[in-house]
Parts: sequence; structure tokens; C-alpha cells
Amino acid sequence: MAKMSGAQMVVEAMREEGVEVVFGYPGGAIMNVYDEIYKHHYFEHILTRHEQAAVHAADGYARATGRVGVAFVTSGPGFTNAVTGIATAYMDSVPMVIISGQVPLSMIGTDAFQEIDAVGISRPCTKHNFLVQSAEELPEILAEAFYIARTGRPGPVHVDIPKDVTAQIAEFNYPKQIKLETYKPTIKGNIRQIKKAVEAIANAKKPVFYLGGGIIRSNSSDLVRELVHTTQIPAVETLMARGTLRYDDELLLGMVGMHGTYAANMAMSEADLLIALGPRFDDRVTGKLSEFAKYAKIIHVDIDPSSIGKLVHVDYPIVGDLKAVLEEMLPRVKEKVDGSRYEAWREILRRYNEIHPLRYEDSDEVLKPEWVIQRVGEKLKGKARISTDVGQHQMWTAQYYPFTRPREFITSGGLGTMGFGFPAAIGVKRGVPDEISVNISGDGSILMNIQELMTAVEHRLPVINIILNNNYLGMVRQWQTFFYDKRYAETDLSMQPDFVRLAESFGGVGYRVKTKEEFDEALEDAISKGVVALIDVVIDRYENVLPMVPAGGSLYNMLLEYKDKE
Amino acid sequence: MSERRVISVIVLNEHGVLSRITGLFAARGYNIESLTVAPIPGSKYSRLTVVTKGSPRVIEQIIKQLHKLIPVYKVIEHSEIVEKEMVMAKIPLEERLSDVEALCRAYNGNIVNIGTDTAIIMAADEPSRIANFVSALKRFNPKEIVRSGVVAIER
Repeated sequence: MAKMSGAQMVVEAMREEGVEVVFGYPGGAIMNVYDEIYKHHYFEHILTRHEQAAVHAADGYARATGRVGVAFVTSGPGFTNAVTGIATAYMDSVPMVIISGQVPLSMIGTDAFQEIDAVGISRPCTKHNFLVQSAEELPEILAEAFYIARTGRPGPVHVDIPKDVTAQIAEFNYPKQIKLETYKPTIKGNIRQIKKAVEAIANAKKPVFYLGGGIIRSNSSDLVRELVHTTQIPAVETLMARGTLRYDDELLLGMVGMHGTYAANMAMSEADLLIALGPRFDDRVTGKLSEFAKYAKIIHVDIDPSSIGKLVHVDYPIVGDLKAVLEEMLPRVKEKVDGSRYEAWREILRRYNEIHPLRYEDSDEVLKPEWVIQRVGEKLKGKARISTDVGQHQMWTAQYYPFTRPREFITSGGLGTMGFGFPAAIGVKRGVPDEISVNISGDGSILMNIQELMTAVEHRLPVINIILNNNYLGMVRQWQTFFYDKRYAETDLSMQPDFVRLAESFGGVGYRVKTKEEFDEALEDAISKGVVALIDVVIDRYENVLPMVPAGGSLYNMLLEYKDKE
Repeated sequence: MSERRVISVIVLNEHGVLSRITGLFAARGYNIESLTVAPIPGSKYSRLTVVTKGSPRVIEQIIKQLHKLIPVYKVIEHSEIVEKEMVMAKIPLEERLSDVEALCRAYNGNIVNIGTDTAIIMAADEPSRIANFVSALKRFNPKEIVRSGVVAIER
């Protein structure tokens, strides 16, 4: 094979991996790599305006397409800016490779200019990381990075490359196949355990499917749909699993957890069997652990053994790739399980849903955020990918948007990163160019990566940002209303930019809307114009996300409505 | 509920691997009572022996989390094991060395060096016996005591 520089190896490795786009930001320590990007045209490079946004964009790209997202940043501040993005991907198990420049090997440890212990920082928020010691080992490390990122429980892998390594010349032998003695994810589930689980399903009276993000990551939503419909067992979805079942599926009880539906949370609380497919029993789902699903036996399928039994006792643990496990489980379920036995249980849950459906009071005076989300759904259902930032708007989207398929909803679940939505939606648009990319945001979140207007304009990635603007840091304001006697400490965001002129100054298009008609017009206009848009939607300042399980409370103790005493 | 456990971790002998392990313990709030590391002869692996404390669920998580680290080849939770720890100490020459030597012998040890002011002694035994040895040693006014941490091997 050819001899080449470490920098050239990096771009050659991208070609070997079939990488079509890299999001990044150059700087001193990674300049050799950027010089090779300039000379070769193996992939498109999208220059974001902040390293955090580069990583979020690669993340959005990965979530929407299922491919490995790639970001390049420089050493020091370039890398530290990327950390929030890396941690976001880590918490949500997104396959990514992040390459950072580092000061030359001889300078490491001397507090050199733009030096930081990058692998020390990324260690707790990556699936794995590497500090490259020589160009000889670079091809293998890059191949391992991609392999580790996409296999097993996916996650971000960070490769830190000292500048002199990118200049060193060595042989480029890119490994065709990776075999790591110390890393062998379990794919096939244990058949005996699967049989026992099927037996438990067949004997249950009140089973419920607890669907988690692992379904999306393992591309097994088709199998899950088949399993749910075969068994006629009701299902709840976590935030990360939205879109596994269609929004109008009769067996879908809605989202579970802190802002889940009454029926979903009651199903968990009263079930005698939870069939947990790829969730991780997050505290925002379980509420108070000692009260969580306390009448239920638990089946838990997950590729990561450390997820099983971490927080709750599991009666039927199954370690394996969800797809492989479901392929074994489905024929056995078809043989053993008669869906009609759960009819009484389904009836109870139907009643719960009738008593307390998701609801809000619409108004003609002021726009309600829930209406806006539903309206976007009516117009774009099945034709758009919906990203969000973090806060009230995120929960309203999760509750009210009519999701039809996996990878339709792109949101930061585990880390809850404000500023994620816009750059992620840029990555989504690059990954799925034929669909409309919408970012539903808040007036707090949108300003955290607003500079990406420039990236979106430059690369013609027309993300439609819908800002649900209540002049508040709304979710924190809601907690202050409920739990802090309305002491609104530092949540009033009345001081705001003119979002219309802001969008225009970057070459995008802006709208400020206060009525339903104005919103419809703005959305249609933004779609037809095909440039990046900010739709500043003035909504009810005091709308709350309901129902709500107060943090640390039990799932069955939901705050269903809030009447202001004033 | 909290119980003492000895866990052996076989890891690739590579850059930064120890900080992955200790970082994991620190980040997840697990306890390290002692930690020893040395390369396994004739292989590319090292063996870490960690003594930790925790409830059965915590111990299970520690083992799973350790296993999840990419360079970790094997995690062995010991039940049937032989444990040994070594201790060295400096004793002033004013003490009665014959008594010191008798104590050392009772704990698989001896006097290993005699200098101008102090004698260096060592003992190697089970961790609980080493603790006894250390307290028995007090009467000889040790100037310095160094314990190795536990190493363990399965029966």
C-alpha cells in the first residue's frame, strides 16, 4: 500500500468508511488534515460556526440516517467546545466519530498553546477514545473508532491526533475487518431466556410494552410493530422511542414518564408484566423507583448488560441485539400468545385514556403551543423530520406531534442539551435532503446556537425553526410556578432580539406570528421559499406542560391540571 | 448490605487504561479499598486487583461497567480465592530485633535489610492477618509502614 502522511490517512479513512459529509471547524493543530481536505474531494465538509454545532450537526445526521456522524475540531478550545455535543451523543447512544487535533507529541504535558488533556476530558462521555502515538497506528485506530461507534450499543468515539502525527509518513493499510479480543458485543439473545420471557407474556394478565430508544438505534421498529399487533398488548413509548408505533396506533398509550399520558403512566403502575425493549429506566420515566411498576415482573431486552438491573430488579434479563432477539421471539409469541386474553386490561386502559386524555384549552385570543405543534403535524405529518431543543416545546412536541415512523423525531433526551435542535436539524437536512427539516425550539434554546443561521444559509440547508416564544425560560418558569411559589429567578426572557431581522441579516427569512392564520401563512411561505427560516411564534406566556409527575414522585401521582389561584 | 469484594480485571496493557478504571470508580461513586496492577508475564495484558465494598447490586454494576470498557478483556469476581498482601516497615535498631524477627516469622516474613539506624522488615499474608501484623508491630515503634494492596488468585 501507499505511503502517506497521517493527515492524508485521515481523509483516506473517511473514504474507506464511505463518509459523505464531515462537520467541522479548523484550527492550528488540525491544519494538516484540513490541507488534505482542500486537496481531496472525497467528502463534503460543512463549516459550522461553532464546534458544539459541528458535533450536534453530525449527531442529527447520524440520528436521522443511522450512519456514523463525523466531526473534526482542533485542539484546546476547539475540543472543549465540542464536549457538550459529544456528551449529548453519548447519553443517547448515537454513533459518531470525533477527530480532534492535538499539540505535537513532544509538547504534550507542557501546557502548550491550545493544549488540553482532551482524552482525559472525553473519557467519561465517550464510548471509547484514543490518543494517537504515531502515524503507523493511525489507520487501525480510525477503523476501530468507526467499528466501535456503530456496533454494540452505539456511541461517540473520540480520536485525538497530535499535529506531528498528521505530518508523519507511514504505510496506509486500512483494515478491512476489525476484530477486537476485548470487545465482543452480545448479539444473539439466550434462547432459554427468550422462551421464559414468552412464557411470562403468555401467562400475564396485564402486560405492557415499554418501548425505548434501543428500538430506533437497532432499526427494529418493524419487528416491534409486528410484535405489538400480534400480541395486542398495549404499549408506551419513551421520549427516545417516539415514532416506533404510529401516532394513531390503537395500542399506543402515548409517551410515558414525567410528561407522559395518564393512561401510559397508569399502565406502568398497574401492569403485572413490563416488556421493556431497549429502554434504560431513566428517572424521567420511572419517577420514584420504589413505586415504579411495583406489581410487575420485568422482561428487559438490551444490548448493554450494564443497563439491565441497574435501577430496578429484572426478572427476565435478555442481553442481545434487539433485532436478533425479536426475530427469535416473534415466531414463539405467535405460537403461544393469544391476544384476546388481555381484552379486559385493554378496556381498563381505554377508560383511563377517556377519563384523562391529553388535552389543552385552545384559545382565539392567544396562540397555544399545543395547537402550533398539532398544526405542524397536520401540514407535515410523514413528510418532515422534527428536531427539537430542550424545554417545554420539546415536551409539547413529544406529546402532540403525530409521529409516523422511527428517526422522524430528533431530540436530546439523556443530556437535555439546549442549543441542540438547530444544528441537529442542519445535520438532518444534509442526511435526508428530500424531506423538510423542522426545528421546534423555544426563545431560550434557539439563542444557544443561533450563529448556525450562517451555516444553513451558506450550505443551502433550509431548516425551518419554529420558536415557541413565551418570553420565558419556560420549563424552569413552570417549575418555579409549581414548586418555588412563583419566584421567577432569572427566567424572564422579555429582552429579546428581533428574530425577523436577525434571520434576514444572515440571509434567511423571518416571521413573527400571533394568530393561527399568520402561522399557517408563515409556515407555507417558509416551505415554499426554501431558505433557512425563523418563525417567531408568540404563545401564551403561562402555558404549562401537563400532565406532570413532580420530580421524585410516583408515576400514578400526576398533576393533571393547574389552576392559577390568582 | 455492604460487602467486601475482590475483583480481578484483565486489561490490555495500553496507554491510559488505568485512568479508565479509576475514572469509572470515581465517576460512579464506587469505593476502592485497594488497587494493585502489574503486567501478566508473557502477554499483552495486565492484571488489576481491586478490593471494593458495596451492596450486591452495586458490585454487579461495577463488574458490568468494568466489562463495558473497551480494553477490558475479562472481569473476575472472586469467591473462592487465595488473597495475599505484603507489608514492609522500618524499625529502629534500638528495638529488640529477635522479638521483631519472631513476629515477622509468625506472618510469613523476616528482616530483609539492616542499615545504620533502622531495620527493614517484611511480611506477606492474608489481608486480615496483615492488619493484625501491623497492629502488633506498633510496640516496636515503626518509623514507616508500606502496604502493597491485595493480590488474589482463584483456587
